Amino acid sequence: MDILRLNTAGSVDDGKSTLIGRLLFDTQSIPQDKLEAIAASSQRKGLDFVDLSLLTDGLIAEREQGITIDVAHVYFSTPTRKYIIADSPGHVEYTRNMVTGASTAQVSIILIDSRHGVVEQTYRHFFISTLLRIPKVLVCVNKMDLVNFSQDVFSNIVSDFYAFAEKIKFEGQIIDFIPVCSLHGDNIAKGSDRMPWYEGKTLLQELETTNLKENNDELPARMPVQYVVRPRTDEFHDYRGYAGKISSGIFKVGDTVTALPSEQTSVIKKIQKFESSLDEAHSKESVTLLLTDDIDISRGNMLVKKGQEPIAAKYIVAHVCWMAHEPLSIGKVYWLQHGNQLVKAKIDAIQHVIVPDTLEHQSATQLKLNDIAVLSLKLAHPIFADTFATNRSNGGFICVDPGTNNTVGVGFIEELYESVPVQEFAI
Amino acid sequence: MSVLSKRKFPRQLEDEAIYIIREVAAQFDRPALLFSGGKDSITLVRLAQKAFYPARIPFPLLHIDTGHNFPETIEFRDQLAKELHLNMEVRYVQDSINQGKVKEETGKYASRNALQTVTLLDAIEELKLDACIGGARRDEEKARAKERIFSVRDEFGQWDAKRQRPELFDILNGKINVGENVRVFPISNWTELDVWNYIREEGIGIPSVYYAHEREIIERDGMIWPYSEYLHTTPDEIVQRRVVRFRTVGDMTCTAAVESYANNIDGIIEEILSAVISERGARIDDKRSEAAMEKRKQEGYF
Ligand SMILES: Nc1nc2c(ncn2[C@@H]2O[C@H](COP(=O)(O)OP(=O)(O)O)[C@@H](O)[C@H]2O)c(=O)[nH]1
Ligand SMILES: [Mg+2]
Repeated sequence: MDILRLNTAGSVDDGKSTLIGRLLFDTQSIPQDKLEAIAASSQRKGLDFVDLSLLTDGLIAEREQGITIDVAHVYFSTPTRKYIIADSPGHVEYTRNMVTGASTAQVSIILIDSRHGVVEQTYRHFFISTLLRIPKVLVCVNKMDLVNFSQDVFSNIVSDFYAFAEKIKFEGQIIDFIPVCSLHGDNIAKGSDRMPWYEGKTLLQELETTNLKENNDELPARMPVQYVVRPRTDEFHDYRGYAGKISSGIFKVGDTVTALPSEQTSVIKKIQKFESSLDEAHSKESVTLLLTDDIDISRGNMLVKKGQEPIAAKYIVAHVCWMAHEPLSIGKVYWLQHGNQLVKAKIDAIQHVIVPDTLEHQSATQLKLNDIAVLSLKLAHPIFADTFATNRSNGGFICVDPGTNNTVGVGFIEELYESVPVQEFAI
Repeated sequence: MSVLSKRKFPRQLEDEAIYIIREVAAQFDRPALLFSGGKDSITLVRLAQKAFYPARIPFPLLHIDTGHNFPETIEFRDQLAKELHLNMEVRYVQDSINQGKVKEETGKYASRNALQTVTLLDAIEELKLDACIGGARRDEEKARAKERIFSVRDEFGQWDAKRQRPELFDILNGKINVGENVRVFPISNWTELDVWNYIREEGIGIPSVYYAHEREIIERDGMIWPYSEYLHTTPDEIVQRRVVRFRTVGDMTCTAAVESYANNIDGIIEEILSAVISERGARIDDKRSEAAMEKRKQEGYF
């Protein structure tokens, strides 16, 4: 049984919550009492239909204002797989929540209101989807009932979207378009006889047939050490196990591994998963590795396969999305958390801020809430990362404000250097 | 038989939960696992056991005993603690009542469910806990669906939905300010069915009240209430014997039973798949208002 993680994006009122509600309703995933509860509140609000968006809009403020202000997680299953949906808010102010919801997504569903077509937010959301390197984007053109199920309207939106998307999509990223009516369920889980001109898959069919191969196993083997297991009992007197979740690649018994930063090497003696011993362990598995030699390894270190060592980077260039009201400024020091490694990082330069809908580059001395920019950062200690494009699970980090301890930014690594690169000045 | 019943447990959920529990042990000085005796917290114990094996779980468990628990739950708790050499801390709502910190509710719907928040917050302070691992799941309830995996609470245990920290990738930020603590939810992404499938595949023991058994009940508001000395009944409420089981196990005064003959895990899973009532639908405490859970969470509830 595998898991597919989705996120939804779109402007306020494009119908994200309704679409999710519809997906759940049509897959019989809503228990009777929950359905009755939302039917009753729909009635209280004077609606003559069951407002399925009430299923995910859970906070008091959201029900009062009728908008989604925080990521809600919704679950459903089919015989094929389990789905985890992050229902992200559409309001610009909450872009950081969209990034949060999308950071673990394998499929991004972008909604467009057929009456409004492609808007600034659509570009922003697609831009974020590519920044996060989400392998598959499904563009749902919603509220087709309000444009007479017109094929022309749909086709125009597809070409508008594609004109922009082509410029920034990464190689291998899949984009598909589906005309839907979430309110009535057309092309969500069932087809639509009101749009006979559409011959593609329904949303659910698209999801069910998504190939999950993320090729994480083919990437270099990396395991950040989370915890050193030392039972200190008579039975396991000399036991020393390195516990962690493999972020990419495969580790096998007998593999020679390098511990970073010490660069000491040893051989995997045993891979333990609770009481059982494995011959090999794959990416995303939580295991405990035992080595033949007693080398000094502690939390925050990384075990990698010998010959596949990443560089010890003390200077990085990254895309950063700023998530705090307090602006980011040049020269300021933050905690940078990469995996479970925590280092001090100084903002060396803001290369440029990117305007997501026009892709225009602007110079800046500060980053405001929801800004996306390319930054260079100087690190107090080396980190052992890959670029986000080559290894999604070892190329991201967060920034933590040392004053408030809040998570204030998220970064996607573009370039890694052992030390400050020599500037090529054109005098 | 439903198509979903042959569904296997998605193993990735276990790997993620173990990862989260290890992060807690590594990032915090004084964590604890909040143990309720319900299936979700029993699942957490199993995950914690796996996370540190062959070492013992490196933090205590904390049970807030309302005094209105099912006796079967308490028996199970003590047995589990013995078997796994757990350090089980128990704090009593009765003590908070005796100290005059909370007042026993009165009337037909009196329950100690709300009172336990005070006992919990006192225990967190007394034990100087900086992280409490809980078994809440996002599929349980609308307000829970919005909660982070590391959920920061202020000194008063309050949850502020609008000021939640963003959580990116699988990176967990456990840095907190003095006085704050974190509630951690390793099985956030599990559904009720996932939990039951896991219990089945792992062969995890659970208290007997989850299985069909005959007990004294009363009918009230269309629900089946377990009869006990703690339940305030009115003269027209007649005590009957019925074969029932519990889908969720909280206090005897706030957990409704369902009529059932399911006496093994397979039977329970079949029943859930065909059930029309959600798990929380059996929680009388949630029925108080549409926003009942969110309000209680703001006040520091689990
Ligand atoms: N006519 C029509 N209305 C829709 C459709 N989908 C959603 N709506 C309505 O659009 C409004 C906003 O929907 P909601 O799901 O809350 O949007 P969100 O802000 O993107 O989550 C609600 O009044 C919905 O009933 C649709 O396909 N057709
Ligand atoms: Mg919404």
